[in-house]
Amino acid sequence: MLELKNLHAEVEGEGIEILKGVNLKVNKGEIHAIMGPNGSGKSTLAKVIAGHPEYEVTGGDIIYKGESILEMDPDERAHAGVFLAFQYPVEVPGVTNTTLLRESYNTIAASRGREELDPLEFDDYIREKLDLVEMNPDFLERSVNTGFSGGEKKRNEIFQMAVLQPTLSLLDETDSGLDIDALRIVSEGINKLHGEEDAVVLITHYQRLLNYIVPDYVHVMLGGRIVKSGGKELAFELEEKGYDWLESLAKVNGEAK
Amino acid sequence: MSETKALESMIGEEYKYGFTTDVEYEDFPKGINEDVVRLISEKKNEPEWMTEFRLKAYRAWTEMEEPSWFNATYEKPKFDTLQFYSAPKNKPKLNSLDEVDPNIRETYEKLGIPLDEQKMLAGVAVDAVFDSVSIFTTFKEKLAEAGVIFCSISEAVQDYPELVKKYMGSVVPVRDNFYAALNSAVFSDGSFCYVPKDTICPMELSTYFRINNMNSGQFERTLIIAEENSHVSYLEGCTAPMFDEHQLHAAVVELVALDNAEIKYSTIQNWYSGDEEGRGGIYNFVTKRGACRGKNSKISWTQLETGSAVTLKYPSVILQGDNSVGEFFSVAVTNKRQQADTGTKMIHIGKNTKSTIISKGISAGRSDNSYRGQVKISKKADNARNYSQCDSMLIGQTCGAHTFPYIESANPTGKIEHEATTSRVGEDQIFYLQQRGISEDDAISLIVNGFCKEVLKELPMEFAVEANKLLGIKLEGSVG
Repeated sequence: MLELKNLHAEVEGEGIEILKGVNLKVNKGEIHAIMGPNGSGKSTLAKVIAGHPEYEVTGGDIIYKGESILEMDPDERAHAGVFLAFQYPVEVPGVTNTTLLRESYNTIAASRGREELDPLEFDDYIREKLDLVEMNPDFLERSVNTGFSGGEKKRNEIFQMAVLQPTLSLLDETDSGLDIDALRIVSEGINKLHGEEDAVVLITHYQRLLNYIVPDYVHVMLGGRIVKSGGKELAFELEEKGYDWLESLAKVNGEAK
Repeated sequence: MSETKALESMIGEEYKYGFTTDVEYEDFPKGINEDVVRLISEKKNEPEWMTEFRLKAYRAWTEMEEPSWFNATYEKPKFDTLQFYSAPKNKPKLNSLDEVDPNIRETYEKLGIPLDEQKMLAGVAVDAVFDSVSIFTTFKEKLAEAGVIFCSISEAVQDYPELVKKYMGSVVPVRDNFYAALNSAVFSDGSFCYVPKDTICPMELSTYFRINNMNSGQFERTLIIAEENSHVSYLEGCTAPMFDEHQLHAAVVELVALDNAEIKYSTIQNWYSGDEEGRGGIYNFVTKRGACRGKNSKISWTQLETGSAVTLKYPSVILQGDNSVGEFFSVAVTNKRQQADTGTKMIHIGKNTKSTIISKGISAGRSDNSYRGQVKISKKADNARNYSQCDSMLIGQTCGAHTFPYIESANPTGKIEHEATTSRVGEDQIFYLQQRGISEDDAISLIVNGFCKEVLKELPMEFAVEANKLLGIKLEGSVG
């Protein structure tokens, strides 16, 4: 599904390298968790995969469904099934959730040669999806993320994921800012959406999300690289020992090169 | 032709109205003096009072200076080489559509404004003004049944002289300003509408302005009178061919609302705006003003300004009648090298008068977009209220947005609220929508439409959808 090969990226025009050679392989049907302290490059990694123009890929490659997507615009990547649940969802005043989602859904459908839905059909379709994240139908007619609480914004991201049915979901700190009930709802939603044909990459600081969504693999990022990978038990180990433990490890690795 | 199709072609994709029509024009001298003014009046076979009105205005104009207080720079029009009157040859008065010059008819077809009533939008009557002359007015008979007069101003001068005499210049006096004085001297045609007492106009009225002749200015004059308990909704649309030279458009619009009357005036202005380097495009210097003369009367201006190289325009309301209401809803979009200085004036004179101003300015490219608004509450205007909201949106790093509010209150019971915001369409906002599969241009269009929503919903429904599209097209490729 996704393969990152020695991926290097820097902030466009500023020459500050943030990703310093990331290698990662995600197969369909899998859930991967990427953990790491602030500033380790986790969020950047998600944005680079989605094609954020703020970052420039300076080396390596992103292979998605067998092809390099480096030359694709963010919307083309979305058409191909890449979805990013934002850490900080953006407000779009005056544009309702329904308007945005119908436009998204139909654009993506058209790009895949699927049939577009008219407003009434679409309304039926999204109302089904609302239940998944236990959202009130009022949400549909509110402006995208405008005046939403932090938790509502995050829930809205998962709602969008449910509507758009991506094949690769990158969830950037979807758990932060959620209270315990919302965390449960969101996690259950993600679990229901995930199946044999898609893959999920969770980016998180905390192990607590992984109590709800059990990853197949856990990776630890430090200083722009994945320094350690393992099974779900790695998350527990991290929780116990903290990132310091790995920092010394990373140092040793770095010096060894 | 379906409604949507007609509207689509009216507003257009890119600027597809840049074509010219091959028409034979009457000969007319260039430049301006009293003889030229007299000649215009003579050509139109006007009564003496009308000629005098023009001459008075001309004399006032010669004593006035071209204004320069606004936030725009441009090369002044050359009045001595400008042609002040331009009329297609051989068509003094038309009794049926068959008599319209086929080339002109074709032009309107191309613009999506067929003059054949069978093909018209349902429920919209059109007065088509080509260069300086009203070519044809549709649905006249149907309107006449309701008692509504809708015709060209030239016809009104001939057929309804008392009404014209009474109201023309009563809202915008000939000395009002430089361009209003010029218009009063040389105006060639325009639309006239009279809605009698207790009448709700049965259809939307619209005037479609087209400048064709390269060397001529367009000076049209619109006068709308709504008698007691009447209601009328009026829409104007504008396009022009693309020339490298600037063309001058200096219109005057006067609205009069008597007791309990309501006038809703909407504009979709899409004059040619010039190229990337600022060559060519229309100078749009118009004076639009409405007088709420009667008690409980209401005048509402809605404008979508997307075209012209330079726009100076302040549709205003004089709130004379007690409890009268003035509204101004505006979206002004500037791109490339366009300059727009636009806003409104709300002059509160009557008691319990109320005004609302919602202005949305969007600047892209290397354009400059200014809101200039005046709210004045005079001494006798007890309990007057105004609410103003002026929002600016910037797209890219090379454009400018400015807000110039002027507030004067001479009555302590007056209540004025003013809110202003400026935002920039950010990379993050666009990326967010792109990540949801929406292309960059569509993302901008969506963001801008959201920003303007409060104003766009004020447009007559028939035109709202297309207004959305026009915004998107106007801003295509404005980022990156």
